[in-house]
Amino acid sequence: MPYVMTRWCSAATTLLLVGALLSVPGPAFAKTEIQFWHAMTGQLNESVNALVKQFNESQAEYEVKPLQKGNYTETLTAAIAAYRQRQAPHIVQVFEVGTQTMMLSGAVLPVYQLMKEQEIAVDWKDFIAPVVGYYSKDGNLYSMPFNSSTPILYYNKDAFTKAGLDPSKPPQTWKQVEEYSKKLMSSGAAKCGFSTGWPSWVQLENMLALHDQPFATKRNGFDGLDAQLQINQELGVKHLAQLAAWQKEGVFSYGGRRGDADPKFLSGECGMYMQSSALIGGFTKGATFKWGTGQLPAYGTPYKRATSIIGGATLWVMKGKPAAENRGTARFLKFISDTNQQMWWHVTTGYLAISNSAVKNLETGYHFKKNPDQYTAFAQLTKGTATPNSQGIRLGNFTQIRDVIEAEMENILGGKKTAKQGLDDAVAKSNDMLKEFAAANKQ
Amino acid sequence: MQRTVFRNRWLPYALVAPQMAVTVIFFVWPALTSLQLAVYRVSPFGDRSTFVGLDNFTKLLSDPDYYASVVRSFVFAGGVTALAVLGALVLAGLATQKIRGLAVYRTLLLWPYGIAPAVAGIIFLFIFHPAYGILPYFLSFVTAYDFNWLLKGWVAMTLVIVATAWTHLGYNIAFYIAGLLAIPSSVIEAADVDGAGPIRRFTAIVFPLVSPITFYLVVLNMVFAFFESFGVIDAVTKGGPGQATEIMVYKLYKDGFIGLNLGSSGAQSVILMALVIGLTVLQFRFAEKKVTYR
Repeated sequence: MPYVMTRWCSAATTLLLVGALLSVPGPAFAKTEIQFWHAMTGQLNESVNALVKQFNESQAEYEVKPLQKGNYTETLTAAIAAYRQRQAPHIVQVFEVGTQTMMLSGAVLPVYQLMKEQEIAVDWKDFIAPVVGYYSKDGNLYSMPFNSSTPILYYNKDAFTKAGLDPSKPPQTWKQVEEYSKKLMSSGAAKCGFSTGWPSWVQLENMLALHDQPFATKRNGFDGLDAQLQINQELGVKHLAQLAAWQKEGVFSYGGRRGDADPKFLSGECGMYMQSSALIGGFTKGATFKWGTGQLPAYGTPYKRATSIIGGATLWVMKGKPAAENRGTARFLKFISDTNQQMWWHVTTGYLAISNSAVKNLETGYHFKKNPDQYTAFAQLTKGTATPNSQGIRLGNFTQIRDVIEAEMENILGGKKTAKQGLDDAVAKSNDMLKEFAAANKQ
Repeated sequence: MQRTVFRNRWLPYALVAPQMAVTVIFFVWPALTSLQLAVYRVSPFGDRSTFVGLDNFTKLLSDPDYYASVVRSFVFAGGVTALAVLGALVLAGLATQKIRGLAVYRTLLLWPYGIAPAVAGIIFLFIFHPAYGILPYFLSFVTAYDFNWLLKGWVAMTLVIVATAWTHLGYNIAFYIAGLLAIPSSVIEAADVDGAGPIRRFTAIVFPLVSPITFYLVVLNMVFAFFESFGVIDAVTKGGPGQATEIMVYKLYKDGFIGLNLGSSGAQSVILMALVIGLTVLQFRFAEKKVTYR
């Protein structure tokens, strides 16, 4: 028996020793984990992982763990479900239309407050205005701008050449878009003139902003929860009626919501494409032809030209985490806001660099000279007049509203409804949702 | 029927307990939760909720969009059921003929049932998508008609009906093969001797004899189409174009999980549940009379 005991004891000791040995390289064990849920897929997912790796290797106390949770909507839904189970991640990436929902959720720790609590200085003034404005309330930044973009025009230079068009001159007006489209089609250079990604974001939210027209009352919703949609006014109706007419002629070819129409441009089917500036990276890899970019086309007089608005997503900090963990979150956010990091992120992904110093460095480093396509979005966002109509849109239930608008756009483009009728219906339904949201968020 | 008598009073309860537990945890409890949700207005993060009585229901019942989605659900469920049940009967009829390689055919016919609806949806998406699908590309050589279901509602509806029916075909075929094989060959031979042709034999003998199976499958396919067609629709059309394929279960998901309006979503699930229960009861009361059990 004693013999057996000894054997057993020595086995246990060995186990303990092995365990101790295994845990020796273990400052890793002591690292505080920061959960970071995001919605970046494909190439962008890899960029996020690379970014996080840089942060994790830059210091020894915290380990950010990125987790891809599906598309934007699914990520938000997952975060909400987790919050309700008290299992929320520290950081969650939420797309721009979820901003109002997050601000009023009572479930987040505003970024400006987090940084103040942790006494980490960030020069908010250095951030570019159209981005900061979208995510601030009363001058305070609520979420950390992460991936911001704005829609631009992509065009197939090879097809332009084939159609006898100047491949260095993208169309600037809608009239030119029509003219060029018809040339592309009649010459056989492309089957359709142009298509669009994110129909509501590009063809309504941004078109209205660019022409200095309101999307909703109350300064596009920034001034109160009782805002009403105004997309069924003159320009909205005119533009949608025009798109529907072009759809019939083949000048415009609808390809679905989100990025579903990307293949129409990549396959050469359509000669022009309006989509997020963040697609530059993907097109550089995926396109087998020469392409260029231009600013979104406009109707010209009598409309004033304003700036376009941003899209993309920001990082929200969920509340209720211990201060020690919040410190890690704050350090990570500080890290991604650094000038060098911003430059790296922009060059890698095509998303906008959000600090003026980063933009300036890119300019002095001739980055934009060498990559003029990456400058298009900055020009469009900063060179027009910023007006209340172009600072962004802040609506409750905006995810659902965008869905309603896109459904009605499909009804219009499919010829089921006239532009006026479809937009009127979209406005009526959206206003009900705004009322519902206001009622659920009574303060 | 023989009545079983248990000596121990508790044994029978203990024996059904596991099944009851499963039913309560996975069916009754969620059903009660949605019933409770249906009378509240809940903020997205669930931290504020107000009792609103029947508000969620009255709002739904005064919304023309909701009725449109109910009608759409019946069109969808009717289409799926007709296609999946009739198609299965025809295919099972063929798969009970005396042909070479029968086992192979039967196995292949059952395969689609092993494919998850969402995966089936993705398969259809890759075949039919106007931007990157292979079939529209070939169709464009044959006809000038543009089958762009991103804009044409009826094409989209047809597509999701066919896709959903396809996923359920294998299940139905299995039942029909069993049913057809159970018909005594003597009955059919007798009809043959009496001079009945293949069509007459089918209408007078085969169809009535498999009618219990048909009835069971119709009920089951209906319920399936109302509740479990979510995967296909989410993968292929997401309810679009417009709301052309937004059937009740999809609208419920969209309002609840995308719109974060959990109250309305709860109310919709209660109505959907009531509707399907009612439908099944009706089927049992009226259709069952026409069924010949042996």
